[in-house]
Amino acid sequence: MIEFRDLTKVYVMGEEQVPALAGVSLTIERGEYVAVIGPSGSGKSTLMNILGGLDRPTSGSYRFEGEEVGEFGDDALADFRRRRIGFVFQSFQLLPRLTALQNVELPMIYAGMAPAERKARARELLDRVGLGSRMGHRPTQLSGGQQQRVAIARSLANRPDLLLADEPTGALDTHTGEEVLKLFQELNGDGLTLAIVTHDPDVANEAHRRVAFRDGLIVSDERSGVAA
Amino acid sequence: MRFYELIRFAVGAIVAHPMRSALTSLGVVIGVAAVVMMTAIGLGAQQRITGAISGLGSNLIIVMPNFQRGPVSQGAGAGQSLRDADAEAISRQVEDVAAVAPSVTSRAQLAADGANWNTRIEGVTPEYLIARDLVISNGRMFDEREARQGRKVLVLGATVARELWGDADPVGRRVRVRTVPFEVIGVLESKGQAGLGQDQDDVVLAPLQAVRSRLVGRRFRGDAIQTIYVKSNEAETLDRVQEDVVNLLRDQHKIRQGEEDDFQTQNMASILATMQAAVATFTIFLAAVAAVSLVVGGVGIMNIMLVSVTERTREIGLRMALGAKRSHVLIQFALESIALSMAGGLLGLLIGIGGALTVAKLAGWPAAIPPWAAPLALGFSMAVGLVFGAYPSWRAARLDPIEALRRE
Repeated sequence: MIEFRDLTKVYVMGEEQVPALAGVSLTIERGEYVAVIGPSGSGKSTLMNILGGLDRPTSGSYRFEGEEVGEFGDDALADFRRRRIGFVFQSFQLLPRLTALQNVELPMIYAGMAPAERKARARELLDRVGLGSRMGHRPTQLSGGQQQRVAIARSLANRPDLLLADEPTGALDTHTGEEVLKLFQELNGDGLTLAIVTHDPDVANEAHRRVAFRDGLIVSDERSGVAA
Repeated sequence: MRFYELIRFAVGAIVAHPMRSALTSLGVVIGVAAVVMMTAIGLGAQQRITGAISGLGSNLIIVMPNFQRGPVSQGAGAGQSLRDADAEAISRQVEDVAAVAPSVTSRAQLAADGANWNTRIEGVTPEYLIARDLVISNGRMFDEREARQGRKVLVLGATVARELWGDADPVGRRVRVRTVPFEVIGVLESKGQAGLGQDQDDVVLAPLQAVRSRLVGRRFRGDAIQTIYVKSNEAETLDRVQEDVVNLLRDQHKIRQGEEDDFQTQNMASILATMQAAVATFTIFLAAVAAVSLVVGGVGIMNIMLVSVTERTREIGLRMALGAKRSHVLIQFALESIALSMAGGLLGLLIGIGGALTVAKLAGWPAAIPPWAAPLALGFSMAVGLVFGAYPSWRAARLDPIEALRRE
């Protein structure tokens, strides 16, 4: 499904050129559960940004279902993110003005879905993440774990091909973190492709494949026995 | 995505901060209210002037003696260069003339039946009614013969009649003008308080000859007149009649080429046009000053929109991550700015209309609210929102989603 070939990313900071990715080749198949690990500055966040269509590679090829995403313009990238990718962030990124239900509706509004249809789907998704009774609550009225589950429901709204999570348990305590990870396992069990960036070895061990980065290069790529 | 969803986003953001939104719109409220009020009052003044001047008589040319040159210069109308013969010549020789009315004017104290009143007395001929568009409401006007003979009869303006006799019919009663007894034979229909602060009904008409010999006294030689009112048949012939009158009077007075006229003519239409132009200029000036506050209001909106974009950087990044195009972000913020400005414009329009009507009521000054005030106010406030929202919206749309999401 996803194919990186000789991908590089160079940030220009003043006169200096900072390489963040130094030639990465990687393939992710549909249904995989991949953890991307590595110290900060290793290039794993850059990889995730390119993967999610928030950033473009400096050189190399990024193909998603055969499409060359690296050559997309701004609008095509926006469409790509909306249709293909679900984002889960460390800091949840819920809009505080909106209720849980409205937050989940947001991606579907950009997809042009009719109000009745998208409300029904948002309810369904909040039920799915176990928040059926809290749909009218605003983020400030929810615990961290609950907020992250709203964010996961939102990421699933437009039926993405790939769920990208950046340190999804980083702001949660161990127990609620485990709940989120359990939810990821279930979603992966339903066939969703997942890619998680993390520092935490326990989180990484949940995945079926671990890709380790250092200095903009992949240093190891190992699979657990259960890998798809 | 659907356009109305963008409107919903914009309105949602405005409603989320009611106090801030209200204060932001205030500049536009004041600006639009000021423009509407100034325009309404200016137009009201214009209508009032139009009414006042056309109330003096339509298609009217006023001929007066010119400045008295000499050791003691006096104002216009003080000379005695006009004669009965001039008025007769005009009515005989100038074409397309509907009426020629010579007159002398004085102020006089009137006393009758225990009441008295100081008013303007006009010594005129019957044609004066036609020239000044006056109508007799009660009794009759004196005729040519009475005018020539200088009969001591009076036609009263409505104000004078009311002041001396209240509601009672004054026709047939006797009045002393200074010490001279006159008989009232008619009352003029009211022309209203339309004058430039002048009551057009505060006047009495008497035969020219009677006023000249009995009241103006030695100031005037036997056949001198102060003013000749010339009325043309139609508005189209007004300018030509004026030209003919000037040429004729120069002939009559034997003024050689290159010499200055010893009289002056004023054409009501051109006076009206001049005054209307002056008021229009003044109105535009006032509205322009008021429009400056509209611009200040726009800058206020721009300021708050820039703050809002900075505050909501993360929201913008998130929306982009969820699939919003740059154009979606641009339009959302532009709509927010337009909605703020138009809400202010609508409120300003209502306040402006209310203010104009209040001023009209309190100051006795007419206010004319033009039908295009509403579309203009809303159109202008929309333009202000668009212009001053453009830069903040562009800034929002140019944000890098990665940077924006990372912002605290």
